[in-house]
Amino acid sequence: MKGEQRKKIVKTIKIDVDKCNGCRACELICSAFHAAPQYSSNNPRRARIRVVHDPLRDIYVPVYAGEYAAAECAGRDKYTIDGKEYDECSFCRASCPSRDVFKEPDSGLPLKCDMCESEPPLSEPMCVQWCLADALIYEEREEEVEEEEAQEEIEIGLEAMASKHGWQKLLDTAARMSRKG
Amino acid sequence: MRYAETGFNLEVDLTRGNIERVATDPRLTELYLGGLGTNAKILWDRVPPDVEPFSPDNLLIFSTGLLVGTPAVGCNRTIVSTISPQTQLMAFSMMGGFWAPELKYAGYDKVIIRGKSSDLVYLWINDDKVEIRDASHLQGKGTTETAELIRAELKEPNAQVSAIGTAGENRVYFASIEQGKSSASRGGIGAVMGDKGLKAIAVRGSKDIFIARPEEFMALCNEVLEYIKVRRENPIPGVMPILAGLGSPQEMVIHDEKWHTENFAWGNSRVRRKGFWTKEVAEQWTGTMESMRTRLISCHNCPMKCAATISVPGLPTYMMKCFSKLTYTMAAMSDLEFGLSIAQRATEYGVDAFSAPQVMAFALELYEAGILTDQHFPGMPSDNEGRFYWLLDRIVRREGIGDILANGTHWAAEQIGNGAEEYAHNNIKKHEQLPLKLSMLNPIYFLMYSTGEKINITQIEGNFPQAPFVTREEREEFAKDWIQVPNEKIKQHFLDWEPRGEHSIPHYPGVDATCEIVDWQEMMHYIDDATGMCAGLSSFPLKPPYHIHNLPTLISAATGIDLDEEGLKQIARRNRNLVRAVNIRRGMRRKDEKPPADHWKKRFPELETELIDTYYRFKGWNEQGIPTRESLRELSLGYVAADFLKRGILADGEDAPSRETSGQEEET
Repeated sequence: MKGEQRKKIVKTIKIDVDKCNGCRACELICSAFHAAPQYSSNNPRRARIRVVHDPLRDIYVPVYAGEYAAAECAGRDKYTIDGKEYDECSFCRASCPSRDVFKEPDSGLPLKCDMCESEPPLSEPMCVQWCLADALIYEEREEEVEEEEAQEEIEIGLEAMASKHGWQKLLDTAARMSRKG
Repeated sequence: MRYAETGFNLEVDLTRGNIERVATDPRLTELYLGGLGTNAKILWDRVPPDVEPFSPDNLLIFSTGLLVGTPAVGCNRTIVSTISPQTQLMAFSMMGGFWAPELKYAGYDKVIIRGKSSDLVYLWINDDKVEIRDASHLQGKGTTETAELIRAELKEPNAQVSAIGTAGENRVYFASIEQGKSSASRGGIGAVMGDKGLKAIAVRGSKDIFIARPEEFMALCNEVLEYIKVRRENPIPGVMPILAGLGSPQEMVIHDEKWHTENFAWGNSRVRRKGFWTKEVAEQWTGTMESMRTRLISCHNCPMKCAATISVPGLPTYMMKCFSKLTYTMAAMSDLEFGLSIAQRATEYGVDAFSAPQVMAFALELYEAGILTDQHFPGMPSDNEGRFYWLLDRIVRREGIGDILANGTHWAAEQIGNGAEEYAHNNIKKHEQLPLKLSMLNPIYFLMYSTGEKINITQIEGNFPQAPFVTREEREEFAKDWIQVPNEKIKQHFLDWEPRGEHSIPHYPGVDATCEIVDWQEMMHYIDDATGMCAGLSSFPLKPPYHIHNLPTLISAATGIDLDEEGLKQIARRNRNLVRAVNIRRGMRRKDEKPPADHWKKRFPELETELIDTYYRFKGWNEQGIPTRESLRELSLGYVAADFLKRGILADGEDAPSRETSGQEEET
């Protein structure tokens, strides 16, 4: 789909890995915020943020769930930063087949950070509000972007199901289920 | 539907290799909440008083607190309960970290271990899949090392592991259970784990924890976070830096150790070194800490940074918290570099950082006194620091004199004889204590030391200032926004409390006031130990975010249980009395309720007797410290009273309360 040039507010979270204290409150509160009804449960495995941590090697990387990736990538490289070795995966936001992060534990459906979009809007995403270590800082900036049509959540889910089971099977199932309903 | 808790315990019989997932009775939650409360109930029901600590019938319970795994900030404690080999009483050491929340997410409130495995094993809990796995290849491995090896072999980098080291495997009476930056160290519970042949428990979970009234609950959690920010910006004026903020004492952050090094006792809790903290020492120790401390770190869902990753050049990295920073240094009369270095080895071995250094200092004192001689220390190096390493190695392997010392100062002294008993002077109920030698008896601390059954002062002291503020203005300023205080009376005791004169220790606060203050502080700890809340945000520091006025609503909103302040106080009293009942049934009596012999120079026998008498009455205990039939019945602990009567611990009429009990009550 062809997008058009326009100005838009880009919501970002600045991550300072040096400030992370590894408490993982961000994971907990993220999953609680996105529970239905809101805050009725929590489960860090459903969180759209994950702290990649390895205390003995002093590795603490909060990373947000991004796009769904249907296939494994070739990224098995290592980065050394300040003498510490990180897997390339540590910085990757994708929900992908090569690891078990950013997927709903029961359905396997991919998760994606939505910056805690809600009505009325929050001042900051919950993970930022709960990060008293200031490792996560919320920032809005104006950028000129070529905007893609926003994919609805249902589309993300369907695409993932399709790539897992194939479109035909998915359509057949949908048809069968709608007849029942 | 169960809220906050999962409603399931994991029962593991290591003798038979049997594992069961057992649904729990929700009424027990209403009566005892969880954590320590329900642990005490299980120990009362299932471990009769004749069961030895190293019997297969002794239970080792790893429990989450009731609110662990919910968004309640700082609620992450694992409460480990068993019968201690050192005190022969109930031990309920606790640890923060990440293990308890992970267990909740796996779908369990407790892991209850019974029996003994003939081979060394570890337990792997992965949601509904639970396995007992061979651990023979982990024998002799350090605690941190074990956790790393288990994560690697399971290919589960995020599994949380609680493990024992060599000390636990060899049943050292002060062996700890270590979990990354946290440890359950007191009471020798690691020895019980070792006795059961259990090297570690690894856990990974992916289930939901539910909240009964989410909106109300979250509003409270957000208030707590806001209050933590306020307290961060507003340290309490007039108290030393480690007591001015929240969390456990900020030993990893604060470099100024004038207070500890000059007021706490060095060696075998013997000498105070006035003037020790010179500019040179301050610079050297600050340099040591800054060069070795990699990062300040936290427990699950807590913004406080009470622990640190420590990397001593040439040694593997480990994690440390709180006063273990200084216990080895001060026992050995050495410096911080030594303390941080030997703590690495001690953490891998898995020993308690209060008891272990004191036992070693005790041994060397006996050596100096000629009670132990060269024949007990074959091959011991001549340098002071070298001797500590040498002793540590022997203790955890139970080699030579180490086999005796591994039982702690009380039992070692008894075994060594020849006057050694005098040197085991810093114990309560046979357990080594914080090394302190003070001048004037403090009535509050006297009662807390004597009657506390966690047998550890830091686990009962708390929200009432440790010392009076100098001026009336300072006291009024402190009391102005002291919302945590349970009532105006206690506030008044503090306002009138002065460093000198008529209104100072030992006779002020008065006996009744002292009882109220001690009871309040203890109650807060018992609530925390049931919910799994860290004392560092609740029962321990001055002006914490959690207190008796907001905890009932928090617990109620999380669990759906109707609970007001009086209801929560009643549960705390019930749990307190049940823990006491377990110990009374094991023989604990008034004679055991004493502070460390050498703790205060100025003692007041008559006042001390009055304090104990009054406190026992206040608590509803008879003159032996045994809960009376009436007070037990009022706490729905009629089954304890019945057992006491059956065993002759209480006799009919002997505990005669001031009034008759009304009507017949069913004793269950």
